[in-house]
Amino acid sequence: MFAGLDVGSRTVKLVVLDGKVRDSAVITTGVDPLRRCRELLNGRECDRLVITGYGRHLVAPAVGGEIISEIKAFAVGARYLYPDCHTVIDIGGQDSKVILLSDKGEVQKFEMNDRCAAGTGKFLEVMARTLEVDISEIGGLALSSSKTIRINSLCTVFAESEVVSLIAKGEEASAIALALHEAIATRVETMVRRTGIRERVVFAGGGAFNRCLVKLLEQKLQTTLTVPGSPQTVGALGAALMARSG
Amino acid sequence: MANDNVQMWQELGIDLKMHQALMDALPTMFQEIYLSQKDRPAGMGFYDFVVGDIHGIRVKELVEHRKKGGKVVATYCVFVPEEIVWAAGAIPVGLCAGTQFSIPAAEAVLPRNTCALIKSSFGFKLARICPYVQASDLIVGETTCDGKKKMFEILNEYQPVYVMEVPNKKTEKSRALWLAEVKAFKDRMEKLTGNKITAAKLEKAIEQVNARRKALQRLYNLRKAVPSPISGKDALLATQVSFYDDIVRDTQMLNALDDELEKRVKAGEGVFPADAPRIIISGSPMAIPNWKLHHIIESAGAVVVAEESCTGTRLFSDLVEKTPVNLDAQIKAIADRYMNIHCACFTPNEERLDDIARMAKEYRADGVIHYNLQFCHTYATEAVQVEKRLEKEGIPLLRVETDYSDEDAGQLKNRIEAFLEMVKR
Repeated sequence: MFAGLDVGSRTVKLVVLDGKVRDSAVITTGVDPLRRCRELLNGRECDRLVITGYGRHLVAPAVGGEIISEIKAFAVGARYLYPDCHTVIDIGGQDSKVILLSDKGEVQKFEMNDRCAAGTGKFLEVMARTLEVDISEIGGLALSSSKTIRINSLCTVFAESEVVSLIAKGEEASAIALALHEAIATRVETMVRRTGIRERVVFAGGGAFNRCLVKLLEQKLQTTLTVPGSPQTVGALGAALMARSG
Repeated sequence: MANDNVQMWQELGIDLKMHQALMDALPTMFQEIYLSQKDRPAGMGFYDFVVGDIHGIRVKELVEHRKKGGKVVATYCVFVPEEIVWAAGAIPVGLCAGTQFSIPAAEAVLPRNTCALIKSSFGFKLARICPYVQASDLIVGETTCDGKKKMFEILNEYQPVYVMEVPNKKTEKSRALWLAEVKAFKDRMEKLTGNKITAAKLEKAIEQVNARRKALQRLYNLRKAVPSPISGKDALLATQVSFYDDIVRDTQMLNALDDELEKRVKAGEGVFPADAPRIIISGSPMAIPNWKLHHIIESAGAVVVAEESCTGTRLFSDLVEKTPVNLDAQIKAIADRYMNIHCACFTPNEERLDDIARMAKEYRADGVIHYNLQFCHTYATEAVQVEKRLEKEGIPLLRVETDYSDEDAGQLKNRIEAFLEMVKR
């Protein structure tokens, strides 16, 4: 058995496979990612473990395992699921990235947000709290809006104060939610313009659960996005596949 | 000894309490980043010593020099012709700062969206924690960027600043302007020191500075070997120290280090495996103790083989040409040499793109990381041209924008490790 662990900023993902995927799990990272990882691995047998995600350097020395970057993990995972995949968009908790793959599946170019939470799941999470909706509902709320307004700031801190003033102006929550999604999609679009885009485009990470983001990105990029059945575990799957290929 | 230093700092007007906090932070950081490296050249011992006593012995030498009536001239840029400073009997010291420590102090005055190098340097003066600036008689600024240009006006309220005008184009008119600036700088140095700059003194200064440049050129040429005989971190440190150490001693130490590395290269010895990815850093300068990017790259198993920056090749890649010993010819040669620094303040600046592409081949680099300090607009925007050019040449490039803080270390590691995976195959 081969395992891949993706220690993200918000969730830890595990995929176990041999010939095919045998097991997978997603749990929240919390404040003690190492303990969470140990819990997740406990009782699961694996011959080789590959670790990716923000916590990789913390977890790998403690539980034993090799390290690969998330870029590689998502590239490998997406390519396994869709052999004709050439572009991967990942919106995770702490970062968003776009990866352009060669015909052979090698990483050709990638773009990632650098230091701030702009354009990430975290951004939406903070905004959902301000709008008093659950993160799982904010996409649907945005889609229900019949009005288009604009949020100019992508900085989480500034955007939050912008949202507060929109609320004070009496704007509807759904319109504000839509504007926030629009801001993220614009940001991701900029990254795609830098790397270039080739079909098939796979949309992975927790952000892919959000139907409004899918719709807006499809409009902006003028293409259909493929969302895997389990978008969050694509990185862990890639890591597990790397464990298997040695 | 330690007490002597404290007394000296006090006399220089240092804020002792804050300064001590800075001094306390350095050893742990240096241990982690530098002393923990394996197979370091013995010649790095000198540089370890210099960092270990960073505000001690060298400052004392400057203070002694001043007691004898000598002057100390502080600079922030490789455009300031140090030959002229030496020839006037003054000592130049580079003041650029590379620590987050002094930034909060600076932000009380400067806009936050100013580059870290400017804030850090300004903060050192404002908070009185840098004995080098305290011990200097004149600060010489220049107009290579808008942030510094305006900062100098404010700095001038604390300590005298003289600003040289660096042109933004490389036309004949610009060259004439720069030549006039170099001449004016000579007059200013003579006025400051009361010493006449003679052709003989200037010739000696040119030789001295050229000798140090040659020693640095040797160092960088040795880094072209596979495996590299020295880590990028160590080579960077040696380059950084040459901004303020005594020029004769520094040249000696560099040459001794070079001799040692030459032996390593002959024996095929290196500090990283021969198949470690070889990376060139290009972009903004890295002032002591800014070792952040090198540390992340080399901790990920790659080796930095060259820096195309002002704390790298732009400092020493050209010599001042030998001329007849008369002031007009010498000053012209000096002006020509400095005008040929391929700084992003110029437009256009194609020569820098040529340099990076050429270096990538010479140093057998697997990739280039373009480093720019956040809010450094010239380098950030020129990176677009760098990217286009390297794409044409088939050289992988990663663009990184950061500052002195550690809060983005996770994101940087992520991107750098992914980049190394990409270039390794």
